[in-house]
Amino acid sequence: MKAWDAIVIGGGHNGLVNACYLQRAGLDVLVVEKNDWVGGAATSRELTPGFLYSNCSYVCSLFRPEIMRDLELPRFGLQVISYEGGAVFTRDGDYLANYRDHDAHRREFARFSRRDAEAYDRYSRDVTRQCRFIQPLLMRTAPDPTSFRPRDLGELLYLGRKFAGLTAEEMALTLRFWTMSISDFLDEYFETDVIKANFALSGIIGTALGPMSPGTAYVLLHHYMGEVDGSVGAWGYARGGMGAVTKALAASFRASGGTIRTGAEVDHVLIRNGKARGVVLSGGEEVYGKLVVSNADVKRTFLKLVEEKELPDIFLRRVRNFKIRGSSGKVNIALDSLPEFPALPKDSPVYRADMHFTDSIERMERAYDDWKAGRWSADPFLDMMIPTTLDPTMAPPGKHFMSCFVQYAPPKINGRDWTDADRDGFAESVISQIAQYSPGFRDRIVHMEVRTPREIEAEVGLTEGNIFQGELTFDQLLFNRPVPGYAQYRSPLSGLYMCGSSTHPGGGVMGAPGRNAAAEILRDLAKPTPHMSPAHDVI
Amino acid sequence: MNHHSTIEPSTDARTLAQSHFRTPRLGTPFQPRIDALGLQQDWYNWAGYRAPHSLWDEELEYFAIRSQAALFDISPMTKYRIEGPDAEAYLDRVTLRDVTKLRPGRVHYTAWCDDEGFVLDDGTLFRLSPTRFRLCSQERHLPWLLDSAIGYEVSVEEETEAVAGLALQGPTSFAVLRDAGFAGVERLRVFDLAEFAHDGATVTISRTGFTGDLGYELFVPADKALSLWDRLMAAGELRGIRAIGYTALNRARLEAGLIVANADFTTAEHAIRADRLRMPDEIGLGFMIDPEKGHFNGRRAILEARAKKKLRHVLVGLEIEGNIPAEHAIVYYKKSQEVGLVSAAIWSPMAKRNIALASLQRPYGDAIVDDLWVEIYAMRELQYQKLMKKAKIVPRPFIKLDRRTANPPADF
Amino acid sequence: MTSSDLNWDVIVIGGGHNGLVAAAALAKSGRKVLLLEAGNEVGGAARTEEFAPGFRVSAVAHLLNRLHPDVVKTLELERHGLKVERGDFVPSVALSKDGPLVLHGAYGEVLTGASPSEQSAWKELRAQLLRYAGVLKPFLSRRPPDPGNMSLAGMTGLGQTALALKKLGKEDMRDFLRVLLMNVYDLLDEQLSDDRLKGLLAFDATLGSHLGPRSPTSLLGLYHRLAGEVGGLSGAQMQPKGGMGAVVAAIRAAAEEAGVSVRQASPVAKVIVEKGRAVGVVTQNGETLRARTVVSAINPAAGPREVDTGFVRKVKNIRMKGDAAKLHLALDRPPQFIGVDAADHKGRLVIAPSPDHVERAFNPSKYGEFSPEPVMEITLPSFVDPSLAPSGACVLSAVVQYAPYALKEGWAAGKPQFLEAIMKQLEIHAPGIGATVRHAELLTPADIEARYRMPGGHWHHGELQADQMLMSRPVSGWSGYDTPLEGLFLAGAGSHPGGGISGAPGLNAARRIIAMRA
Repeated sequence: MKAWDAIVIGGGHNGLVNACYLQRAGLDVLVVEKNDWVGGAATSRELTPGFLYSNCSYVCSLFRPEIMRDLELPRFGLQVISYEGGAVFTRDGDYLANYRDHDAHRREFARFSRRDAEAYDRYSRDVTRQCRFIQPLLMRTAPDPTSFRPRDLGELLYLGRKFAGLTAEEMALTLRFWTMSISDFLDEYFETDVIKANFALSGIIGTALGPMSPGTAYVLLHHYMGEVDGSVGAWGYARGGMGAVTKALAASFRASGGTIRTGAEVDHVLIRNGKARGVVLSGGEEVYGKLVVSNADVKRTFLKLVEEKELPDIFLRRVRNFKIRGSSGKVNIALDSLPEFPALPKDSPVYRADMHFTDSIERMERAYDDWKAGRWSADPFLDMMIPTTLDPTMAPPGKHFMSCFVQYAPPKINGRDWTDADRDGFAESVISQIAQYSPGFRDRIVHMEVRTPREIEAEVGLTEGNIFQGELTFDQLLFNRPVPGYAQYRSPLSGLYMCGSSTHPGGGVMGAPGRNAAAEILRDLAKPTPHMSPAHDVI
Repeated sequence: MNHHSTIEPSTDARTLAQSHFRTPRLGTPFQPRIDALGLQQDWYNWAGYRAPHSLWDEELEYFAIRSQAALFDISPMTKYRIEGPDAEAYLDRVTLRDVTKLRPGRVHYTAWCDDEGFVLDDGTLFRLSPTRFRLCSQERHLPWLLDSAIGYEVSVEEETEAVAGLALQGPTSFAVLRDAGFAGVERLRVFDLAEFAHDGATVTISRTGFTGDLGYELFVPADKALSLWDRLMAAGELRGIRAIGYTALNRARLEAGLIVANADFTTAEHAIRADRLRMPDEIGLGFMIDPEKGHFNGRRAILEARAKKKLRHVLVGLEIEGNIPAEHAIVYYKKSQEVGLVSAAIWSPMAKRNIALASLQRPYGDAIVDDLWVEIYAMRELQYQKLMKKAKIVPRPFIKLDRRTANPPADF
Repeated sequence: MTSSDLNWDVIVIGGGHNGLVAAAALAKSGRKVLLLEAGNEVGGAARTEEFAPGFRVSAVAHLLNRLHPDVVKTLELERHGLKVERGDFVPSVALSKDGPLVLHGAYGEVLTGASPSEQSAWKELRAQLLRYAGVLKPFLSRRPPDPGNMSLAGMTGLGQTALALKKLGKEDMRDFLRVLLMNVYDLLDEQLSDDRLKGLLAFDATLGSHLGPRSPTSLLGLYHRLAGEVGGLSGAQMQPKGGMGAVVAAIRAAAEEAGVSVRQASPVAKVIVEKGRAVGVVTQNGETLRARTVVSAINPAAGPREVDTGFVRKVKNIRMKGDAAKLHLALDRPPQFIGVDAADHKGRLVIAPSPDHVERAFNPSKYGEFSPEPVMEITLPSFVDPSLAPSGACVLSAVVQYAPYALKEGWAAGKPQFLEAIMKQLEIHAPGIGATVRHAELLTPADIEARYRMPGGHWHHGELQADQMLMSRPVSGWSGYDTPLEGLFLAGAGSHPGGGISGAPGLNAARRIIAMRA
């Protein structure tokens, strides 16, 4: 019976990134994927004829340019179209847009408040300073603060030096970023509701927190970290939808000799004498591997794919305590024509940007209150975009695809499972919000895919449908991610590794967890990594 | 909220301003005239405005400053109107120099700092009346100015768009103004200002400028900008008046030894890297600090840095051998030890010398002033000509023109 | 100026308990100290006041649970009349329709009313909480570390913390680092199952702050509480005989014995600043008093003209809008809380049936609305000290949340409705109580602000949240009791380690001044 050098469970973007790096190091790698397609939460699927949906993720967020380069993704077909900004519609019939041009941005803010317009420079300076501090940590393995191994001490020293290199004011700012709510943080710079809402949304996307929750200032950084090293285009749309990212990864993987088996659901990890030896598929077939890497989230990996008796109690307790919270849903809509937004000038670039309707922190926070009470938000927060304005190939000529990321959607409705009626009610809350700003919107709908946490979990396998495979709060970052003591991609079982967004540095279509995990695995195998280009400098 | 009602587009003034996205580079109130003359079509972005590097011929423009009269549009400069019974006390706290000594009808060059004593910006402060001021600067500071106003009876308003500005500089500038009918302008001594009638409105004329030459600055409501331009151009026709762009002005300001924010130093609210911050003493503005006046922002930090000798940099004027401008060249001590950077450099047509502004790490430029060198990388036909040239610290300004301060101003 | 021109070595502004502690400690160091109190009586928010004829109550703070042992020792408070005996410790009672649950002794050394499995889970959690609070405890009695200027003392402090961490052992240290900034809600969910117990702990963690149990970092509130101690026991609490005013009286006696001159009804108009140095004060009646050192034990608001804009901005950004109201009821007769035995009526009775309930109570306060079903801690001080009420009658004192300082509809309109909402909750747990109310006084944060000169009516003089703690308290760069004005120091609850009747800010400030030889 063949034994693969490595088996990667799950063909999401991190699993594929990991597999690519392992294969390119000379290992013989198999990726097993339960669906009939690869991609995990980064897929494009044709659910109605002629329309390609970015079903889950809808944007490349901080996708690491080092990975794109190492894995030759442009050669394998990846084309990224840069963001043009975003906008928040206001209830009084206006909107606030973000323009990439600094002065246009200032003038736009000045329409609402001259003070806020001029506060932007200091705000962006402070955010940039923090991003420069944190960004280099993305591509490094977090040190174990309780360890005395030279490598951990070295990394701790690196962190300590970085921190000590900050001025007192910068240190204070760092503490604020790690502990403040985005709402309180923005209050220190801005006075206008819609301007604060415009920034606050980056503090809540993907988390089960409201903008008034401490810790959301950090979530904002997580979304902003992309471009401090000059990585132009870290944020952008993938041409052909987000599936194009994983399609390119899969092509790169296969080109380097890797094997992918789709329609192969893993029932459990094969463990012999405390060592991972392969996987058992749901049909009972055993596939052997010298090591196993799980792209699934940490709860699914250790509470479903591994038998309890194989794991130490303290580890199990910590895995159970890991917070993965369903907080968002997705409504994907095929439209027979471009929706009109009377508040927008017809030639506005905002049509090509992401659009929002939540024009105050209070509305955002109230949407979160609904989530806490076990309901979907009556007045949800939408991150909406029409990718076909940039990439018409995703729909038939003249027709459009719209992606709506929706917060908040709880994993359970008042403690019970979602029903189809709930799902329809959830969708209606989205449609009616859009229709307020876009008359005739309902009549343009050709087809709609509604994904509550229930659908996301069932299809993609993300626990509770959480897009980041775990909350990005301090208790689950760096050396705490996913659990203390196992923040270095390894597990208590020899030969079993993790490479999903549950691990440092967390979620988003970034690829860093997959790459960092590969680096650790290859270190254990004592394999050189010349195919891994060093992380970009931040100078 | 009712989810079924449709939100109608608004029609108020704020909404009407949406269209700015179609003109990412605004024109100033003088733009029609500048466009007509700006045949080079060589624009740069000055704080969101389309401003000319040069209109027709950069060299002719430079010599207009030094030999005739040059007209330069300074409208994009940020302008704040500061008014109220506490305006004097307020500005005395915000800025470095003693505002109680600035009489109405006078202007001074000043700077302002944050709590750590790092320079936020430099600029000119116009005292229009006992209780009314105009502060002009390169960068924008409204939140800082408003937060500084807590506890003062003072109002702060940004008026950049509402007020158009022109610099009229050069030996014939006085004559141009006189011939344009601004009676009494001869009484303006350097740093004086006065108001004059123009086209049913008022123009504020000050004997100030950024060239080290005889010159004036004129501020006028935006809707009177074109008539003012025409009035000056008509009066100046026989005096060689010429509209100019920034390249010419930049030469003149360097000869005058004047610094530019975010060119010769990084302003505190823009510095991403903490070591780029500068105290007044580190950029040659130490003369503004008056420890005897009342409290001012940064006082504690600045005096402490002086007392504890914590100043790390110094800005100096350099005269460099040869004639190749040393822009952005590294400064060395004994040809080997890196001690600083040239921020701006030209070969001066007036002084006929190769001059530069440089920021050096103390004690170089301060206690150690000898054996300094600059390494010039002159790109010539795709090859660097590397030159190691001797540099000498010299006082600024690099040129001193008596006509700048002569009273009454000379009629050239 | 020669020293003979000085009237005083030190002038302390504000005669709250922290001002008194600072004054006493400074006087003990040999300084000539004048304390100026704006009100007619010292004690600030720790006074005992008559709110209805014959009914007296501790004005704001009504439980003693964190008076710092160093304060007791330095000021020899026991000699001045402060009595703490183990028998004085009172229990915490989680009121519930399902019958109460009682934490006896020092924060639940013994738990009654819960299932055996819950009792053992609590035992484990309590030990863990006390262990972790113990790591943080040393910070209470020293200046926060100054990141910009690491002195030997600062390094030593951090070193001690690192050592305390190591002593936890590897796995415990990992858990400590994980839960440090966590919310209390999740931690309780991980370890406990009884809603009454979880509700009580969720309430305690968020008491006095603008946080709900689900807010990340809310667990710090519980650590802060458990880092406090009375009579050497962490987490213990007592109702002082004579109310909080009696504690203040002991501190005042210590201060006066040390030579502090106390002037009441002497509000300060401004601090005199000459060339960046505080040299005295001018009182509201125009008197000029000069001193080498001025200590402000009131809220950290300074005269904006004498300090830098960045500092003013930081001070302006301190979040200090209170969320806690204080209710005083004069009752015809003692109330009977359902299922609570006589002894436990001397304790702290908490209405916070579950963490979700506390969270729901918190929600409206985010939008400037009061909780329709408020949560509260109730004491019946006349049970402990019958002299506080006429014979046979009873005083009820309650801290009630959430009552946002800036109520959207305004407190004039909102107060009667809020009182009604509170009484409804009380009626559930003590049926018939409403009919016995002779007089009710409800102090909203706005009232507390006006009456006790505490901006925002915030009893910590500023939110005690992670970003406003340690080196960020009251503002970053000025956390060690110094101010940008030479000779002016801060000693109020707005400084590290924050509010509550601890005296720690006052004592730490005095120590700083003594170390500076100021």
